[in-house]
Amino acid sequence: MKAAPFDYVRVSSIDEACQALADGGEDARVIAGGQTLIPLMAMRLARPALLIDINDVKELSGIAVDSDHLVIKARTRQADTLSSEIVQEKLPLLADALSHVGHTQTRNRGTVGGSLVNADPSAEIPLIAQTLGAIIVARSTRGERTIAAGDFFDSAMSTTLAPDECLTEVHFPIWSPENTGFGFHEVSIRDSDFALAVAAAQTTLDAGGNVQKLAVAICGATPAALKLTDIEEALIGTDLNDDIIKVACAKIDDLIDPQSDVHADAAYRGRVAKVMARRAISDARDGAKGDLV
Amino acid sequence: MSEHKITLTVNGREMSGYAEARVTLVDFLRDVLGQTGTHIGCEHGVCGACSVVLDGKPVRSCLMYAVMADGHEITTVEGLEGPEGELSPLQDAFWENHAMQCGYCTPGMLIATHTLLQENPYPDEAEIREAIGGNLCRCTGYQQIVEAVQMTAKKIREAS
Amino acid sequence: MDDTTASQEFRYITKKRRVTEDRRFITGRGHFAADYNFPGLLHVAMVTSPYACAEIKGIDATAALALPGVRYVLTGAELFENINPLLSGLDLPNVKRIPLAHERARYAGEWVAAVVAESRHIAEDAVELVEVDYNPIDFVIDPEEAMQSDAPLVHPQHGSNILCDKTWVWGDVDDDFASAPHNLSFRAKWSRNSTVPIETFVVTAKWDEGKDVLDVWASIQMPKYPEQIARALSLPVNAVNVHFDVDVGGSYGLKRGIRQTVIVSYLTCKLRAPVRFNEDRLENMSGGEMHGPDRIFDMDVAYNDDGVMHSLKIKATDDAGCYPGRAPLQLGKPVSAIVGPYRIKSASYNAISVTTNKTSQEAVRGFGQAPTNFAIETMVDKVARALGMNRDEVRRRNLIRADEFPYRIPSGSEYDSGDYHAVLDKLQDSAGWQELLAKRDALRAKGKLAGLGMSTCLEPSGGNSSFEPFLNPKNDTTTWMESCLIKVDMLGSITALMGTSTSGQGHETLLSAVIGEVLERDPDTIRGVHAESLGALPSNSPVGSRMAIMLGGAAAGAAEKIKKQLLEIAAHNFQLPVERLVYDGGDISVDGDPDKVMTWNTLVDIAHRNYHKMPLGSEPGLQAQHTWEVPTGGALPAEDGTVQMYPCYAFEAHIPLVTIDPDTGQVEILDYHMGHDCGTVLNPDIVRGMTFGGIAHGIGAALYEKFEYDEGGQHLSGSFMDYLLPSSHEIPHVEMIKHYTPSPLTTFGQKGSGESGYLGAPAAIASAVNDALAPLGKSIETLPMRVRDLEALINGQTE
Repeated sequence: MKAAPFDYVRVSSIDEACQALADGGEDARVIAGGQTLIPLMAMRLARPALLIDINDVKELSGIAVDSDHLVIKARTRQADTLSSEIVQEKLPLLADALSHVGHTQTRNRGTVGGSLVNADPSAEIPLIAQTLGAIIVARSTRGERTIAAGDFFDSAMSTTLAPDECLTEVHFPIWSPENTGFGFHEVSIRDSDFALAVAAAQTTLDAGGNVQKLAVAICGATPAALKLTDIEEALIGTDLNDDIIKVACAKIDDLIDPQSDVHADAAYRGRVAKVMARRAISDARDGAKGDLV
Repeated sequence: MSEHKITLTVNGREMSGYAEARVTLVDFLRDVLGQTGTHIGCEHGVCGACSVVLDGKPVRSCLMYAVMADGHEITTVEGLEGPEGELSPLQDAFWENHAMQCGYCTPGMLIATHTLLQENPYPDEAEIREAIGGNLCRCTGYQQIVEAVQMTAKKIREAS
Repeated sequence: MDDTTASQEFRYITKKRRVTEDRRFITGRGHFAADYNFPGLLHVAMVTSPYACAEIKGIDATAALALPGVRYVLTGAELFENINPLLSGLDLPNVKRIPLAHERARYAGEWVAAVVAESRHIAEDAVELVEVDYNPIDFVIDPEEAMQSDAPLVHPQHGSNILCDKTWVWGDVDDDFASAPHNLSFRAKWSRNSTVPIETFVVTAKWDEGKDVLDVWASIQMPKYPEQIARALSLPVNAVNVHFDVDVGGSYGLKRGIRQTVIVSYLTCKLRAPVRFNEDRLENMSGGEMHGPDRIFDMDVAYNDDGVMHSLKIKATDDAGCYPGRAPLQLGKPVSAIVGPYRIKSASYNAISVTTNKTSQEAVRGFGQAPTNFAIETMVDKVARALGMNRDEVRRRNLIRADEFPYRIPSGSEYDSGDYHAVLDKLQDSAGWQELLAKRDALRAKGKLAGLGMSTCLEPSGGNSSFEPFLNPKNDTTTWMESCLIKVDMLGSITALMGTSTSGQGHETLLSAVIGEVLERDPDTIRGVHAESLGALPSNSPVGSRMAIMLGGAAAGAAEKIKKQLLEIAAHNFQLPVERLVYDGGDISVDGDPDKVMTWNTLVDIAHRNYHKMPLGSEPGLQAQHTWEVPTGGALPAEDGTVQMYPCYAFEAHIPLVTIDPDTGQVEILDYHMGHDCGTVLNPDIVRGMTFGGIAHGIGAALYEKFEYDEGGQHLSGSFMDYLLPSSHEIPHVEMIKHYTPSPLTTFGQKGSGESGYLGAPAAIASAVNDALAPLGKSIETLPMRVRDLEALINGQTE
């Protein structure tokens, strides 16, 4: 399990990275944590001709609040994000999700941007980006652009990022904490396996306990994280009782077309996707109600 | 493909060698620098046998190319002993509790729990199990490893 | 751990003592096979078959050989011309196995050609350049389909896919079934899985031109390894030197890399350079020795209203994969405990070994006993459920009683000793069986699926060869021995040699404790050494849970010989008969006159330097070897189909409490209690560790681990992403209690424990899961019980 040969360059600025990408052509790839890419290269399922190492790019690391968004730079380690007090305070859903990403050791290398770019169908960070409608910022020698999460995730392990673009940061909307709760549930075979189905939800209730705002997305049973817009809309204004949640989540059957693999068949994935969505939404409700009490 | 000159600080000593970019950190440590204490189990980031400390944090050395570690500090199992070759309290507790059988996963287990205790000297059982959750062992069922870490934590508590 | 019961009489064994080997492992100074490096070392990578079955019409290595750094490409055809086929466990003259596929590839992932290069990286680059012309042909994956007359033949020359189909009837099975008021039958499945070590198989061979010796460093655990290498390569065994001091990174039966060894040995002779094959995980999981028993049990049991079982019929259909190897023999060993720990008076056993287009099955911890125990325990639970009785009560009524030992079971094995009721009582007491039942019921009252499991199982230990002549009458091997050579050097320190490698069992620690015990010398001053094979001793290697018994017994025997020599020297110098002397800690004094003493150092000095003080005609120096045959071994199976298999029988009882998430099928183990009796425990930490590890293996087999194939014959579990080893999150804390019923057959009363835990845990987890499912009126008899299987069963998606 040795990678095919490749060239390597270490860059120290975003501009250098973009230039290297522009020069490197289709077979150039940015590497930061490498926790997904390196195993794929070891199995020769990925064979970039050039790796551009952005670990020294200081401007790609950091977490900050920008008015109503939390901005996480692409190369910020997952471990640093998980332990960040700002993240825990402003984006507890992301903090919860991050505790399910890999292990301590992979989180110490793995980055937030890397997870978004790799777009694994069961990855937690893309799911939260999709749930909350994050904005992704990418740069190339052609300039900078922003991409809504809904337009970013394409299919399994594939995004709409152009080959010469470098993801630089992701902006997560911050919700007002009042009467807001979140829920995150995933089913995996072992504790830290890639999830078979995952769901994330966040809701804000009005003073009467009815849904004012709701965000729900699932992954694992879908090629890419899927925002459940129809279900969100159907639940606005309701009191989110268990029956209402169950009826709404039944619609997931029509929205997804899960695949079978060695770990689970499609039918199982479909059933547990609904279970995860129900649990995530009801946890979000309970969290929000806790604020009301 | 050309070779890169790579210089690492391994267990406090600067060491250099040449390797292609595709050589992983664990292969470089073992084959180029002769530091064979770190083991290879799966080479795809699942088993944790190759765990080393990179700039103070435990990482998998099969999930990093050596060239990416150029200029960084590495601690391997060979670096856990004291300057006179005395066992660290953790190593001693691993021995006292027979926290291994074949010894193959042991370097990774030591690295994972060594860094755990640096960050959290008083871990409970759940925290210990979380810290070694990415390190697979097929001999022990993990119990004596957990016991060894608990014993070390107790000693740290008593000493403080 | 309560280890007081049996420990008073001993000085060193049975006591807490640090394990010698651990010192090198905690400091990164182990010496594993991949740690040995040699100038000019060449590396092998394998070209693997992408087809479940295909004719190999040609191999074009031109492009691969043109790559700089590539030294050779070895094919099956070349090996076929130049080596002898590898040994098979059965008498199957038309099934020839060589280490690389020759003419036909028989499973996806089979090694078709070996590329040799200056680095493993280059070898892998070159693998991609080897062009193999395949003609895919029909294959068969399902063992029951493989038995049909129109099935594609895995080995056409053999004429059938059935490698072995034998039936034994012990006692009046038909009468016992006819006279019993009840019988029930069911099918249980143990899926292809194994104990997968974290180290893959690694072997380096180097032809020493100065000595004309083939040196081999390998992570091996296999009987007669040097002999097998020599046979394959037509070398005298004294031209093969296996370095048994290589630390083996886990094996649990699996590390049987004779194919790999023959390949690198052939290559080192051919290329005149050291050659290594270090399997990567992909080569290891699909093409190596990782696959274990894959078995379907059809069970019938006849029983009374009161739960007493009278007779048992077992049909075991085992999928050996594409070559017979050791697989069929793993159907043989369970005959040693075919009725488990129960007083079942008759039994029949139909053992069928089938070949399919899958990776070959290899020896795994327990050698077929864990699957059999799972089937038997599932049967006992079903009897209890059918009668509405408690599972512990049905067991109590059937367990062999302490006063019945030695107990001969219908198939001929005599169980040495045990007190099964005492262990079960002790376990239920310490675990709080009633409290656990209450806890289960409280969980159920809250709407959870909760289940309490139970298994009571045997671990046959000590090993012997009986299953070989039993399944293959042309094989008349009855010898199953172990040796130890003790040398006391001129300055009085003790070195003990053993003739085998170790893979975590702590054999150096075993030797020093046992020899220290007999000679009353501090074990920390005694060195155990794994001799290289040219200097080694007769051995059958650490298989069959035998080394505490056999190596321990050999060491004790050799130490007794040393003691006898010392006493004779002292007797000669005191001019007194040996009976008048007292041996104490290595010093020898005259009984009743403690001032008349010859010290250890004096006696040793005489043995080495003062021949004039030695008894007339005695051997100078001080060393002794003891080689012994396994107790109760040495006989061929009887004409009536009965056979004495292993000598010693350890007992284990398990009680896990689990919950199942009904919506996801996820199983959580809340509590785990285990009672264990393996006789006298030589080193408590080692036995505990092996048992905990065995339970972890068992939990993996019960819930997670399976080598899966798709309908196209592709292996889907080729990496650690797809074959799921349980982590510290899945394995619970285990509360273990000990009981000590010594074996009358062994030196100190010890029994084996190398397979403990694994032999009862799968059955116990299955019992707990089925208890959780019982309120739904559902059950599952197939392992592993994966989340998707359980969820589908609970939610009515499957029958």
